Amino acid sequence: MIIARILGTVVSTQKDERLSGKKLLIVRPINVDGTDTTGYVVAVDTVGAGFHERVLVVAGSSARLAQGMKDVPVDAAIVGVIDTVNVKDD
Amino acid sequence: MQLARVIGTVVSTVKNDSLVGRKLLVVQTVDKNLQATGKPMVAVDAVGAGVGELVFWCRGKEASFPFKREDTPTDCTIVGIVDSEQHVTR
Repeated sequence: MIIARILGTVVSTQKDERLSGKKLLIVRPINVDGTDTTGYVVAVDTVGAGFHERVLVVAGSSARLAQGMKDVPVDAAIVGVIDTVNVKDD
Repeated sequence: MQLARVIGTVVSTVKNDSLVGRKLLVVQTVDKNLQATGKPMVAVDAVGAGVGELVFWCRGKEASFPFKREDTPTDCTIVGIVDSEQHVTR
């Protein structure tokens, strides 16, 4: 899983019918210290995350294992909202 | 599977129901000389690993196999603890 920050939303009307009703969010992968990396990913929200929150994103076929995502054509799903990240200082 | 060092923990309250009770750890992949390589990932713990330990983790859909494999959304799971650094021969 990667840590990402929610930067925006995506609205799509014409899409696979199995995606209807799913919330699509734009997320940016971030480092464990909270600093931004580059790039964006469109991920399906399964937990009700909000704008600018840090979240856990599962990528690949495991994204389909999230709640309500069975047989849904997704490869990135938000499966958790992060409260804290503690990393040992080297 | 990849060799990695556990460098931290992640706390998440709002998450996918099937992840409730699972320990989330930050792992930093290391090379054969045990030097950090690549970006840290968030992994689900399947073996009871702790911060500072050398472990190996599994990526992809197979990462869900230690748990209820049809509904545990993880693409990164710690599946073993290396006994000691002396056991990594190169």
